[in-house]
Amino acid sequence: MIKIHIEKKLNGANGEMDLLVDLEIHEGEFLALSGKSGSGKTTLLRILAGLESAKGSIVVGNEKWLNAKGSLPPQKRKIGYVFQDYALFPNMTVEENLLFVNADKALAEQLLKITELSNMKKRLPNTLSGGQQQRVSLCRAMMNEPKLLLMDEPLSALDPEMRTTLQNEILRLHKEFGTTTIMVSHDPSEIYRLASRVVVLENGRIANDGNPKEILLKTQGSQKFSFEGELLNISKVDVIYVAIVSIGQQLVEVVVSSEEAKNLTIGQKVMVSTKAFAPMIV
Amino acid sequence: MIETLKALEFTPFILSFKLALLTTIILFVIALPLSWYLSQTRSKMKPVLEAITALPIVLPPSVLGFYILWALSQNSPLGAFLEETFGVQLAFSFAGLVVASCFYSLPFMVQPLQGGFESLNRHMLEASYISGKSKVTTLFKVALPNMKPALLTALIITFAHTVGEFGVVLMVGGSIPGETKVASVAIYEMVEIMDYTSAHIYSLIMLIISFTVLLSVYLFNHRQNRKFGSFV
Repeated sequence: MIKIHIEKKLNGANGEMDLLVDLEIHEGEFLALSGKSGSGKTTLLRILAGLESAKGSIVVGNEKWLNAKGSLPPQKRKIGYVFQDYALFPNMTVEENLLFVNADKALAEQLLKITELSNMKKRLPNTLSGGQQQRVSLCRAMMNEPKLLLMDEPLSALDPEMRTTLQNEILRLHKEFGTTTIMVSHDPSEIYRLASRVVVLENGRIANDGNPKEILLKTQGSQKFSFEGELLNISKVDVIYVAIVSIGQQLVEVVVSSEEAKNLTIGQKVMVSTKAFAPMIV
Repeated sequence: MIETLKALEFTPFILSFKLALLTTIILFVIALPLSWYLSQTRSKMKPVLEAITALPIVLPPSVLGFYILWALSQNSPLGAFLEETFGVQLAFSFAGLVVASCFYSLPFMVQPLQGGFESLNRHMLEASYISGKSKVTTLFKVALPNMKPALLTALIITFAHTVGEFGVVLMVGGSIPGETKVASVAIYEMVEIMDYTSAHIYSLIMLIISFTVLLSVYLFNHRQNRKFGSFV
């Protein structure tokens, strides 16, 4: 069990703000941390890692990582941290990156096998692709045999296909080791696939906390389909109006009445939903 | 011509290189923790420390030389203390030259190292701390190996700059043959007594050595950058 109660004044992009977080995390839980940029997600992760100071307390099992008396340095916390920019040691091969953390060769072999990197262990990081580097970074974090694995948007720099592959590997590692994990992510499908719990931060406070399905599904009432998108354009075609909406990576045309068209402004976030609809998935 | 070459005295060169080598080693030991601290600190004292470190670049060598000479002489508390306690007199001695050179070349060691440390990916250093590694281990195993060009630049430029110093050396060391008469001072004296042949030879040797040293630094850095690319 991890008990977090922290306070910190932040000078974010949106001016001064108080980060105030009360959180209990169960052992083995996979928690996704979501929220707009500047809401304090990365800072929360860095405080948990001991890389930034804060007031309050962090208790992990029987250990006190932070209390009024002081703070345990990052060296002694036994955590794993995966950075968005990989942050590998460029002077060391893949294998050396892992063994630098912990000289356990068997564990390194096992991790490299799970992430299908065994035949690349003698290569230097800068000869690997982004996806491969992030896998090495993940293995390196696991080498520390962490009590808590922290990941700061680990997959956001990768293309969609590579994301899916890595999501599977993260899932596999989590099943294998059962490490309590906190991952910052903006991608709803990623959160849904990986996390057992979502915490949404807003201006430094927890705005929502629950299971991914409850929080991420946007349908209400009898709606069958509902998508959030950005309105790109409205044009008049004969007697009707056609709106172009960008949903995810796709553009969709939606017919709207002239009444509806009046209330819409280009650039705003809209929900596209439908009822009594029998879709076919081909 | 051959006669002149045979009669040429190489002691000033040997003295110059001995001085430069000692200065480089001592400064490396001093500048490593200092530049590491400067690169990592968020203290308000940082600009003050940086300004003090950079002073020898802008101060006239005569000013620096004058202060050092005064500090090392028996007229200053420090000089008197050294004389009374250890029985050493640093002014107009080789040891005094080493002390003076360390002040004079300090920025040439600190600035490239600090720049190297600052260009490192902060997350990479943090990843090392999180892996349980101390700051010292991180410095030697992670930071330094990933900034070889900056490291080499610092060492070589400090060495070359010390070989090339003149004003401070003349003020603090004078020109005692075999003790404080380094190559640059020797050349100055040759010109003074209008021995232009020797001055030409000495100057050419200095020019060739300096150019070779600088060329090798730039070639190495060029190759390193190609090999590793710029680090993220």
